[in-house]
Amino acid sequence: MAEPETNDRAVVSAHELTRVYGEGETAVHALRGVTLDVEGGKLTAVMGPSGSGKSTLMHLLAALDRPTGGTVTLAGTTLGELSDTEITLLRRDHIGFIFQFFNLLPMLTAEENIVLPLRLAGDKPDEGFFDELLEKVGLQDRRKHRPSELSGGQQQRVAIARALVTRPTVVFADEPTGNLDSKTGGEILELLRSSVQDYGQTLVMVTHEPRAAAQADRVLFLADGAIVKELHGADEHEVLSAVEEIALK
Amino acid sequence: MIRVALRGLAGRKLRAALTALAVVLGVAMVSGSYVLTDTIDKAFNAIFVESYAGTDAVVSGKGAEISFEGQTAQAPPIPEDVLEQVRGIEGVELATGSVADVQTKLLKPDGEAIGTGGAPALAFGIETAPEYARFNPLNIVDGRWPTGPGEVVIDEGVADDEEFSVGDRIGVAALGPAEEFEIVGIAKYGGLSSIGGATFAIFDIPTAQALLDKRGQLDTVQAAAEPGVAPEDLVQRIAAELGPSVTVRTGTEQAGEESGEIATFTKIIRYFLLTFAGVALFVGAFVIFNTLSITVAQRTREFATLRTIGASRRQVLGSVIVEALVVGLLASIVGLFSGLGLAVGLNALFVALDLDLPQTQTVFATRTIVVSLLVGTGVTLLAGLAPALRATRVPPIAAVREGAVLPRSFLARYVPFIAAATVLLAVLSLSYGMLSDDLATGNRFLLLGVGVLALFVGVALLSSRLVRPVASAAHPIGKWLVVVLLAVLYPVTLAYWLLRFGLFGADASVGRRVGAFLAGAALGAPLLPIVLVMWVASKLTRFTPEWPVDFPNVRPDPTMSDIGRENARRNPGRTAATAAALMIGIALVTFVGVLAQGLRVSNSDAIERQIQADLIVTSQDGYSEFPAAVGDTVAEIEATDVVSNVRQEVAEVAGSAGNLTGLDGRSINEVYDFHWEEGSDEVLASLGREGAVLPNNVADDNDLTAGDTFTVRSTDNRTKEFVVRGIYDGSPFYPLLGSASISQEAFDDLYDRPRNRFTLVNVPGDPSDAQKARLEAALEGFPDTRVQTRQEWIDKEDREIGRFLLLLYVLLALSVVISLFGMVNTLALSVFERTRELGMLRAVGTTRRQVRRMIRHESVITALIGTALGLPLGIFLALLVTRALSQYDLQFAIPTTSLIVFVVVAAIAGVVAAILPARRAARLRVLEALQYE
Repeated sequence: MAEPETNDRAVVSAHELTRVYGEGETAVHALRGVTLDVEGGKLTAVMGPSGSGKSTLMHLLAALDRPTGGTVTLAGTTLGELSDTEITLLRRDHIGFIFQFFNLLPMLTAEENIVLPLRLAGDKPDEGFFDELLEKVGLQDRRKHRPSELSGGQQQRVAIARALVTRPTVVFADEPTGNLDSKTGGEILELLRSSVQDYGQTLVMVTHEPRAAAQADRVLFLADGAIVKELHGADEHEVLSAVEEIALK
Repeated sequence: MIRVALRGLAGRKLRAALTALAVVLGVAMVSGSYVLTDTIDKAFNAIFVESYAGTDAVVSGKGAEISFEGQTAQAPPIPEDVLEQVRGIEGVELATGSVADVQTKLLKPDGEAIGTGGAPALAFGIETAPEYARFNPLNIVDGRWPTGPGEVVIDEGVADDEEFSVGDRIGVAALGPAEEFEIVGIAKYGGLSSIGGATFAIFDIPTAQALLDKRGQLDTVQAAAEPGVAPEDLVQRIAAELGPSVTVRTGTEQAGEESGEIATFTKIIRYFLLTFAGVALFVGAFVIFNTLSITVAQRTREFATLRTIGASRRQVLGSVIVEALVVGLLASIVGLFSGLGLAVGLNALFVALDLDLPQTQTVFATRTIVVSLLVGTGVTLLAGLAPALRATRVPPIAAVREGAVLPRSFLARYVPFIAAATVLLAVLSLSYGMLSDDLATGNRFLLLGVGVLALFVGVALLSSRLVRPVASAAHPIGKWLVVVLLAVLYPVTLAYWLLRFGLFGADASVGRRVGAFLAGAALGAPLLPIVLVMWVASKLTRFTPEWPVDFPNVRPDPTMSDIGRENARRNPGRTAATAAALMIGIALVTFVGVLAQGLRVSNSDAIERQIQADLIVTSQDGYSEFPAAVGDTVAEIEATDVVSNVRQEVAEVAGSAGNLTGLDGRSINEVYDFHWEEGSDEVLASLGREGAVLPNNVADDNDLTAGDTFTVRSTDNRTKEFVVRGIYDGSPFYPLLGSASISQEAFDDLYDRPRNRFTLVNVPGDPSDAQKARLEAALEGFPDTRVQTRQEWIDKEDREIGRFLLLLYVLLALSVVISLFGMVNTLALSVFERTRELGMLRAVGTTRRQVRRMIRHESVITALIGTALGLPLGIFLALLVTRALSQYDLQFAIPTTSLIVFVVVAAIAGVVAAILPARRAARLRVLEALQYE
């Protein structure tokens, strides 16, 4: 089921994005004009210290928040004027989410959690793809378990399968390893990496871990609401030194 | 710590207010019941006290004082010359006589009798000369007092309602055919604003004597003492002079005597209403218990933090208790004053059901205040105790743990046993209370009350085990019921949507919007103002209406309803407690509904078993006696086959009070079906002046068989021996004949003014409308009569049962409303608790409408669980009562339609309860919800 051809065109674009929280003297400028294209079929990491605006950027790209200025284009649609329902439907069809705290529904089984986005749209899962996905995340024998019966790593695997099951245009991962020990975190990162490789899945990951960023095809560094540096295919050392360099500025 | 508790409370105002509402309504019912019945009491008292205010001694006839089923016969009249005798007694300054009656109907201009809803239709004959004004409690509002034949003064209420004024003519019907009188004045009772449903007509004495067939007689003689003579002395002097044939009392005694009966009546109303207040408070206790339990669980982290900084368990306990105390007290105060309004509403309810009670200025007694505040605060505290104890079990370490939960109560593992034991105990005490013979009424009610409460608590405790299976069973019902409701209620739902689309559908073309708006306005004009207010609000404030502007997709959404069901099942204890509150209301509604159905069936069976007549003449209400002259008038109609009068008056039969029936022996067997055990229809014609027939229960109770003799004493104080000629199987449920039936001649010997209970008529062929109309025309002069076929009679009784049932439903609806608050509360708290989950759902593509559906489904399932528990409980209780009353032949019948209606109403309640929480959940901002901890 792999999609070998990668899409070189941008699937998500931001143009001159700004986001201001609050008003007047207490206003916080979280983003100060970010312009960015996310390439299809690539893993893009967004790094930066706390308060750099990396989460805000992701929220805007993922249509969870509305920008103060600038535009986001996702799968050919400009988000600006969409109603809440239209945005919701857009998220349902084009976006997958992986959260730091997994955010599974406790009363549903692993399987039910995974197919939730499909069922929300009233669709039936494609059995072949679903089984393949379960195998990929290694949960074949856990499909009937509830989240409380799963370890943190297993829960995050369920969340990853849930994000991939609709074959969305782009998956956003917010600190996906932030709540896991380092061994499990490493496994999760490999899983994310392989989903990009095997399925040509576009993935944007916000992280503050250099090890996670080193898995990415492209690393963007944010500071004070602007992109300050960009690396391609960097290893962990390069990322680390970039982080230090930014911190010293 | 108290300050912490109060600050916490202030920070959760909305939640506290919702919790408090559960108490407010219960307390309002308590205070409203007291206020209303106190006010009625005061009004009645005023009537009696004012009636005898200027009277020192009252002389009345000595009656037999036989009282049966709350009816005491009027004392027999006394000869007119007693008045002259009294006037001659030393120490009497002034004396007057009066004639009175309680069944003198005034007629509307169209000739129909003015209904009194069970209240007396009074007639007085009094001396109205100014010197006797001190004996007269009435004030002329307009016109003058009556001074001769053909003149009447009527009460202000009738004059206002029927638009009579001085100079008009009015029909008055007493014993004979209605007569016309000229209204010469309009009067009112001293300080009363209303005498309720009662009416009165005042005549001069000779006119009243003629009208009431009391020529040469008076009902009472009232005397005022000369200065210096004490009332008691005056009574003694008069009694000595007149001898033992009369009763002499002081004015105060007489007032007390007469108001005593009424006090019993208002007491019954008071306890009746307070029972419903009790139910409301009980349901409220469930709601408070549940709400506090949830908030305590949600505040685990907060309590743990308090413990880490040094708060003792006792202080944690105190903080929760103080919270309950403050909520309880505030709610009780609000409830207390809301009761004043509720009293007005309750009175309006009674009036709507034709139970019009007298009114005066509202009485707000200290007792009302004390009881309301104590009960409201007490119930809240009691319900808060268990959650408060649980809060003390939070260990300090919970402060630093992610997702810490409240430790299980140490009682938790015993709960199933406690529950089972409670249910067992409840069933035992209910069975014993209902089926045992040797229990005092007070103990019996106590046992039954405790039993019912224990049953509810026990089932509520057990119900958390039932939540999962019942939720699954309710799931498909809930899913489709809402769809069906939306479709069935399309005049509302479709109109609402069209209006909304017209006003808010900004994306659609102007033409379609205008069209939709006009169509909606045409279909549901009453909704127009609501939607317009929403529209104005959306322009002026930040209010944005939530309901979809796109066409409502009414198909069930399987995904969201599945999640909703799982939400209902995930915390069975919480769902169970929420549903249990509703269960109580549903159980009681079912209980009265099933009993009423049993009554209907038993009633119609009993009537069909006994009555064989084509047409039945009764009084308007169907149970009061009416003048015997009615029967004579019917007998004169030519086109009748059989006219059989059935006389009835209260009497003492073989030593106990009961009804005595006088039969027309030659014809009764053609219109009434005797099921003989001894004797046959032949004995009826030969009863003579000493024969009697008895129903088997009376015969058994008194060990009487054919040939035995027994004694009858009439209310006119005449005694006579009768011989048993026959025994028949009486109808235990609705006996239409009295404890003994004798011949009409013998009956008329015992009573001066005998009255009929029925006049049973057979006509040639099947009864036609024309034949009925002929009877009605003949009885035009007797407005207080009703001609019906047997089926019409049964239908009328059905309607009366239905009306009383409606009153019970309305009063029980209060408890259902309270449980509704409980549902809103639980849902709102669950939404709050699941904020992050909701954020995730929204992030992965759940629309707002889907979120609302999910919560609505959870709510409907909870409501259906309450119904699923309540219906069988109510049926069980009704079955128990039916068994307990088996000696009266009360049947057990299930009103299927009503039960289906209850399920539908519960589902609607579920939908309504979900509106606010669902709206709140749908409005959560995805991003904030996701980041919520």
